[in-house]
This record gives sequence, C-alpha cells and structure tokens, in this order.
Amino acid sequence: MELTKHKKDIKGFTFILSLKIIFFFIVLILFLLLGKIVFEGIGIVNLEFIFEAPKNNMTEGGIWPAIFGTLAVTIIMVLIAVPIGVFSAIYINEYAKDTFLTRIIRTAVNNLAGVPSIVFGLFGFGFFILFIGKGIDSVLETGLFLGQPCLLWASATLAVLVLPIVIVSTLEALNSVPKSNRDASLGLGATKWQTIKNAVLPQASPGILTGTILAISRGAGETAPILFLGAAFFLPNLPVVDLCIGDYCIPMINPADQFMYLAYHIFILTTQSSNPTLTQPIQYGATLVLITITFLLNITAIIFRYRFRKTLGKI
Amino acid sequence: MKYKTISSKNVENIHANERQESSPFSKKISLRQRIKEQIIKLFFAANGAVALVFIILIFVFLFKEGIRAMDNIGFLDFIYYDKVQLNDSVTRLFEWYPTSSQERYSLVPLIIGSLLTAIPATILSTFFGVAVGVYLSEIAHPKAKEFLKPLIELFAGIPTVVLGFLLLAVGATFFDDLLNPANRLNAFVAGIGLSLVIIPIIASMTEEALKSIPNELRMASYGLGATKWQTISKVILPAAFSGVSASIILGFGRAIGETMIVLMASGNAANLTADIFKSVRTMTATIAAEMGEVSQGSDHYYALFFIGIVLFTITFFLNLIAEIIINKMRKKNTF
Repeated sequence: MELTKHKKDIKGFTFILSLKIIFFFIVLILFLLLGKIVFEGIGIVNLEFIFEAPKNNMTEGGIWPAIFGTLAVTIIMVLIAVPIGVFSAIYINEYAKDTFLTRIIRTAVNNLAGVPSIVFGLFGFGFFILFIGKGIDSVLETGLFLGQPCLLWASATLAVLVLPIVIVSTLEALNSVPKSNRDASLGLGATKWQTIKNAVLPQASPGILTGTILAISRGAGETAPILFLGAAFFLPNLPVVDLCIGDYCIPMINPADQFMYLAYHIFILTTQSSNPTLTQPIQYGATLVLITITFLLNITAIIFRYRFRKTLGKI
Repeated sequence: MKYKTISSKNVENIHANERQESSPFSKKISLRQRIKEQIIKLFFAANGAVALVFIILIFVFLFKEGIRAMDNIGFLDFIYYDKVQLNDSVTRLFEWYPTSSQERYSLVPLIIGSLLTAIPATILSTFFGVAVGVYLSEIAHPKAKEFLKPLIELFAGIPTVVLGFLLLAVGATFFDDLLNPANRLNAFVAGIGLSLVIIPIIASMTEEALKSIPNELRMASYGLGATKWQTISKVILPAAFSGVSASIILGFGRAIGETMIVLMASGNAANLTADIFKSVRTMTATIAAEMGEVSQGSDHYYALFFIGIVLFTITFFLNLIAEIIINKMRKKNTF
C-alpha cells in the first residue's frame, strides 16, 4: 500500500521538491548579495576607514562623518519616538477602555506603518521645517536657524516614521502578559500603576526592547525621507557645537546643523559623485558597515524576541 | 439559602471591620496614592494624545498642502496638457515637465511608471514568497524552521538603499547582458529589486496565515488518505486563501511606496510607455528627486505634495483592505 501511494504521488513529490528548491534559491540569492558586499568591502574596511573623514573629493579616506551623523540622528530619534510610543501603548492597552476611539487609533497606527517613507519626508518638510521651524524662527527672531533642513527635523521625522513600530511591538508585548498576572497583583491590593510597574512591565520589557531595536535598525537604514531633510553630500565639520557653562565646555550634537548620513552617503556616491567607478571601493565599504550595523541590530532583536516567547511559553 | 446569606454578610462584616481598623492609615495613603495614580494616568494619556496628534497632523499637513495644488493647478491639469500648435490644432500631452516654461503636471506617466515597476515585482514575489511561506510552514523541519525563519526576516531588514546600490553595481549589467533591454536601467531591473523587498513580507505573512490553520484540518485530510502535497494544495492553501491574498495586497502597497530602489534603478525618465524594458519614473522617485530643489510655495512644490496625497491614499486603502481581510480571517478561524 505504501508503494502505490508513493507511485501515485510523483506529482506531489516533484511539487514539494520544487518548493524546497525555490526556498534554497531565495536563500542562495541572499547569501550571494551578502557575499558580494563582504567580499568587495572587507578589503577597505579598517579602523582608519571608519574613523577618518573623506579626502580628495570623496575618492579617498573614510566615512566617519557619515557614521557620526547616523548615530546622532538615531539617538535623537530614539529619544523622541520611544517614550511617546511606549507610553501611549501603555495607555491604549492598560488604561483606555475598548472604545470606538481606541479602535480608530489602533487602525490608524497599523495603517501608518504601511505609509511610504517618502510621504513621511513630505510631512516632515511641511510640518517640522516650514511650520514649526519657521514658526520658532519668527517668534525668536533668530533669522534662519531652525526653519531649514537640519538634524533635529530629520530625527523628528524618522521618529514619527518609527512610532508605529514602537507602538505596535509594545502593544504586542503588553498583550502577551497574561491577565491573571494583573488580577493577582490587583488582588494583593496593588494600585493600577504598581501593577503596571511591578507585574506587567518587567515581563513585557524584552518585547518592548525588541521593538526599540527594530525601530533603530529601520531608522538607520532609511534614506528616502531624509533626502531633503538636511542630509548633506559632504561637510568639512561634524555637526557638533560646544555647549559652554562658564568655563566648562562639552561638545554636543548640534541639532540645527546639516549632517552626513551613512545610507545617504551610499546613495549619493553611487548616483551623483563625479566619478562613480573611482569611489566604488568606498561604496562597498560603506555598504558593508551599514549592513553590519543593521544586521547586528536585527539579530539582537530576533534573539530577544525568541527568548521572550520562550519564557512566555514556560508560563 | 439562609445560611449562605448569613455567611456572606459575615464576610462583609469582617471586611468592614478590617477597613475600619486600618482606615486612618490607609485612607491617608489612598488619597495621596489616588492623586499619584491620576497623574500617572494623565501622563500616559498625554503621550497617547501626542501620538494621535502626529497621526492626525500627517493627514492634515499632507492634504493642506496638496489641496492647494488643486486650486493652483487644477485637477484636469494633473491628467493631461493641451498643447496648442502654431496651426491652432491641439495635441493632448501626458507629460511631467514641471520645470519647463510651459509647466506640464500630468501624473499619468508617473502612475504608469509606478505600476510598471510594482506589478511585475508583485507577480514575481507572489510566486516566490508564497512558495517560501509554504515551505517554512508545512515542509521545513520544525528545528530547521527556528533557524530559517529568522533568516528570511533578516532578508527583510536589508536597507533598501543597499539593494539599490547592488542593482546599480552588479544587477543592471547582469540583466543588460542577459536580456539586452532598450535602456540599461529600466522598470524590470527596478521590479527585480522591489521583489527582493516584498518576497520576505509575503513569505512571512503567508507562513503566519498557514500556521493559523487548525491542525485538525491537516489531520482530517491525512486521515482520508491524502498525501502531503494534496493536503497542502487542496486543504491548507484554500483555507488560508484570504490570509495569503492579504499578504499580496500588502506587498503590492509596499512596492508602490518604495523609493530608493526605483530612484536608483528605474532610469528616472518619465516615459509614457508600456514596455517593461524601458526607463520609467515612479511617483515616489519624483518626490525624492525634485523635493530638494523645488522653491517653496511654487506650483511645482504643491504638485509634489499632491503626488504625496495620491501615494498616501493608494497605500492607505491597500492596507485597509488587507487589514479587513485579516480580521475576517481571524474571526473565521476562532470558530
């Protein structure tokens, strides 16, 4: 009987085999792409490449200003997006009742995650630069200070872009904490806030951290919205300003300055540099650095999520 | 019955006694505590309000700037431009030339460009993405899946600018030699790049849709003597049809909205063409390329915002449809 069954299903066998082949074809493509970047880029990436500024019309030197700009933008982005996202998710999940309004917010957040990033760029330009920035300038009478593309507004726009990621993953993390935990805490006489602080957040925090890491990785790799929000082809100085209190001066990120950005650096070198073939090694090197950063972040997020689900499964 | 009421009364009395005993102390705390609780709640609510305000502002600002384009340029001018020739004959042009002396703002070539890159990408990724999803959910060994699924997720995490760069550096020449297209950078090359973005999306959503199919269905099918492939093709895939189609819709929306790949690999010439091997220009690439140089408040500036509205509306509705389908599927599967 076994034999006849197998004979009959030669068709099925070939289909399943072809599915396997397709799958490993896709994985092969992934490794080919990565392999190409690593193979071409590994020769140029070293400490000097990472910590030096571009030289000689971008054909030599390193990419440190672009890495610094990426770090600066993502740090400010996280400082804006994560508190707002996490706190509003806590409100939606723990405090707000399941009303029409909260359902609208959930739907809007879900849909916002699918809005093209370039549209966020338009929003950032119209709202942050022209409305808020120009508004601040005219109120403070500073001249052209914040009413132009700069680091602060690029970070703010990316923050709005990753806000749905933070909210959705926080909601998911809060949702996965069993209701019995909250009931037990409330039953012991804890208040709502004590329950959230002691019984919900400790369990949900790996999930929240996962969302944060994914948001950082998304922001660091995103190029489209910052094209016209202050990313620069080349800047001789880092976007740094000395913050002085009396005699003590600390170098600080200058949010009103333009900046170089790793993802934008790759784009501009490939498409608009004076000699794309001459800069190709630098392009591969910069790509290797960018992809290493995003992959490390994503792998960390995946491991966190894996552990998070495992501990929840045990409960 | 009587006994029960008495006992519950007793319990209430005990509770009341307890409350009275500790009341002076607990009341004091509870007042402070209650204020603190309210402040914390307000704090969280304020953050929720900020998030909501941002969401609303995106709608407001996009439409505020875009609607002005309708006033300044006019709706019909976004479709065609009637050029009057010297002999008074009129030719109807579908062109995007915002910087020429006679500005032409037809969105037709841009929309066609977007479709010409997104549709082939979606077809290609439907084939590969669904296959990968089925493999992960039904065929791969559970132990192998724990490793293979993150691998596909990692694929989705590649920044799109990297894919665009690889297309320019390697892909375009490869396809140029292979297919000898009319333009070296064309809609097809961009479509290949887009499918690398969408395949992981369709694959992981398909995998999730298949996973949510109750195991009883598989067992029933095997019990009736069906083979693995018959179970997959006749039972599992039809049952997960709505979930799979939602993933394809979302993938298409993503392809329409993707910017960097098409900006780098589609050739960026606003051709009115149906030839997949010619250069095209998409809506997203137009905004990306022209927003930096446009003077604020000009017709061109508002026209770019209008493109933004069109993009926003298309992707918003695609997402909405996908979400409705998924919600329906969830309701069906809970039975």
